[in-house]
Amino acid sequence: MRRILITLATAVLLSLSVLASAQNVSREEIRGLDEQIQDVKKDVIGLTSELNRLEEKLLFPSNTQAAFFISLAGAASSDDFSLESVEVKLGDQVVAHHLYTYREIEALQQGGVQRIHTANVQTGTHPLVVSYFGKSKSGKEYRGSASYSVEKAVGPKFVEIQIAGTQSAIHFKDW
Amino acid sequence: MFPRLACAIAGVTLSALTSLHSLSVQAKAPVDPGALHTDALQDLFFGEALFNAYQDNYVDAIIGLDTELKQHRLLDDPERDPFRVHFGQAEFAVGDLELSYRMHREAGRAMQQVLQGNVAQPIKNEAAYRLAKIHYQKQQFANALHALELIQGRVPERVRPQEQFLRARVYMQLGRFEEAVALLEDLKGEKSLQGFVEYNLGIALLRAGETEKGVLVLDGLGRNAGSGTAAQALQDKTNLLLGNQLMKAEEFDRARKYFERVQLSGPFSDQALLGAGWVEANAGRFDRALVPWRMLKQRRATDAAVHEAMLAVPYAYGKLDVHSTAAVNYGEALDLFGEQVDVLTRSITSIREGKLLEALRRKEASQVKNWVVELRKLPGAPETHYLLDLMASNDYQEFLRNYQDLNDLYERNRDWLQSLDAFEDIIALRRNYYEPILPGLDVAFRQVDARIKMRLEQRARLAARIDNLLVNRRPELLAKSDETEARLMLAQIREILAYNPSLSSEETEDRIARLEGILNFRLSREFDDRLTTAYKNLQELDGVIAVLQETYQRYVRTRQAATHSYEGYSDQITSLRAGLNRAQRRIDQLMARQGSMLEQLAIHELDQRRAQLESYQIKARFALADSYDRANELQERREDERKVEEYREQVDQLQQAEPAVNPDGELLPTDNPPELEAPAPEAIQDAADGEGAGDA
Repeated sequence: MRRILITLATAVLLSLSVLASAQNVSREEIRGLDEQIQDVKKDVIGLTSELNRLEEKLLFPSNTQAAFFISLAGAASSDDFSLESVEVKLGDQVVAHHLYTYREIEALQQGGVQRIHTANVQTGTHPLVVSYFGKSKSGKEYRGSASYSVEKAVGPKFVEIQIAGTQSAIHFKDW
Repeated sequence: MFPRLACAIAGVTLSALTSLHSLSVQAKAPVDPGALHTDALQDLFFGEALFNAYQDNYVDAIIGLDTELKQHRLLDDPERDPFRVHFGQAEFAVGDLELSYRMHREAGRAMQQVLQGNVAQPIKNEAAYRLAKIHYQKQQFANALHALELIQGRVPERVRPQEQFLRARVYMQLGRFEEAVALLEDLKGEKSLQGFVEYNLGIALLRAGETEKGVLVLDGLGRNAGSGTAAQALQDKTNLLLGNQLMKAEEFDRARKYFERVQLSGPFSDQALLGAGWVEANAGRFDRALVPWRMLKQRRATDAAVHEAMLAVPYAYGKLDVHSTAAVNYGEALDLFGEQVDVLTRSITSIREGKLLEALRRKEASQVKNWVVELRKLPGAPETHYLLDLMASNDYQEFLRNYQDLNDLYERNRDWLQSLDAFEDIIALRRNYYEPILPGLDVAFRQVDARIKMRLEQRARLAARIDNLLVNRRPELLAKSDETEARLMLAQIREILAYNPSLSSEETEDRIARLEGILNFRLSREFDDRLTTAYKNLQELDGVIAVLQETYQRYVRTRQAATHSYEGYSDQITSLRAGLNRAQRRIDQLMARQGSMLEQLAIHELDQRRAQLESYQIKARFALADSYDRANELQERREDERKVEEYREQVDQLQQAEPAVNPDGELLPTDNPPELEAPAPEAIQDAADGEGAGDA
């Protein structure tokens, strides 16, 4: 019986080496394929970049463009606060209502900035109302709401909406 | 998620048969924590790229950063751009993201550019470190070392431990274990690399021939690698490694301790149970070996260790001379192997039908935890438990992720092609709206434009006149209309009197002179005030003109925007559509090739496992037959012994009764057949000794 098991062990070893050799045979092919994949990735990234510019130019020309970004203020960037949802109202209309995924929350906590809405607006003043809902690790709920006046001039307008979660506060910053 | 899963299941490949060499490369360094971090964000779009990068949306993150970098380079005065604060970081980040997106060549080129650029040495050092990392990932260890040798002085403190750790692993791969040991000794206590340093140090010491020292280091790690799932997995892996290593060195008692340390619920528990059994079996304690093996036998039926245990259990029973139980267990093993061969055959058919690739293309594949395991639940999907080892290998992971990347790009391009159609519709709508109304608007605009120009000229003349009045005082130019009328009337009277002197008189002359005097006096007296008023009026006029000009500019901008909203896109859209279609064709071909490779490798793996199980089946059948033979032999021998005993009892009874004799007084012959001749007492004793105590 011991001999049987030794034979089995040898068979396993042989099978492993066969697999290894099977993979080695196609290694050149694998490398060639990998390089072609890298090339196509590079080309598509270039194309997508150009398409993004075209889309922006066509749909959000600079004279009417206004973009709104969500970030967590320094105090809220810690793991203690987790943003659940945000609602953005521009004029009298709700233009964005976002529920956050776990990965988005993590990305915001690490310092990422989310573009929540891009709009076309005329030059002039536009009222902006932002409200959010979030939770702390202990489960305590936090809500906040704030208003801001967006002054749109000839050029594109970028507004950062900083959410200071545990302080139930929202800060606005023009860029 | 995928790398974490891979780390967790990578250790499953460990077995008693695994060599030390393959183990040394399993421990992976944690990701550089500072590569993309920023404390003070100075540019919103950099923050947006970070948001994408942190979610592994590499394409969007690379595009975002690339665009920012290009725009920054084109600026006349880049020092005034807030992005300058993030510029260096963004350059590295693009390389890092390209590396994460498996674009090694681009990442390598980016680092080479930094190395050849006119930048400070610390930045070059960091670039060299990152280039080395790329080579290491591509398993080009000599190139990795070459890149590391480009480092002059120290790398930035943020990446120094990672650089040292990378260098040590490169040395290990190149067989320079003493140098690796020296570096790893220095890194001991580094928090960001906790556990990984000790693990690699232990391996390096073992490979360097310092076995006892290596065992000592690994023993420490095996006792306590830290808290958390990853640390616990590393601890188990270390103990398993030590157990296997010592069992190979036939130090069974020491090996047992390490197998026992492995958690019973961890990913390495199956291998540990198998090893624990072999330790006992090698020491001849088959009854003890049965304890872990029987436990292992109850586990997941797809595990290679379980299959081995299915044979090992009856093997141990056989060794204990309990052949009938061994036979029953071999029967169970045969049933299981038969079932699993069918599962594998079905799985191979499923892969050939394209079900594996179909499952891999699903979006949830990259979002669900343990998706490799989960995808087996999809209808018709193959049994992925058999593919875990294969899928945990670096190469296969790379193929999988590349396949998913291609699929993602294909879907993105498909969406863009639809968007281009939508863009063309929008452009057509805009053209249809603007083209009929713009000519009329232009005519009206030209009229307004002419009027505006005229007014602007008039304003310019007025301004020039006022400026002139400051130098040449001419009050009459600031006369009001009634005053001007009066002045003109007086001048006319004077002309009439000059033409007809008979009408003139002294009184008339005096009167005219008085009126002229009054008028001139008033104009002269009020000149300053009037000039000031004129200035004020001019300023007011400037305000009105500014509004006029703003309206004019707004009209011009709106007119341009209207034209730009539909003019000049067709060539770009045509070119982009052609590019997308070309890319789609290439992606389609590459996906087919990559998918075929994934399928081939998976089928090869399943085929191997099926062949292994079929081989197990053959061995189990032989062993089953052997066990039956032995059990039957034993049973027959016992039956024979029983008959002999009975016969002996009968003979004894006969001898005790009156002996049967024939008439002439001779003893009658007995009908005792030769095969039932009573054996010698020693032989009976030997046979009794050979029987298992508990055999049925």
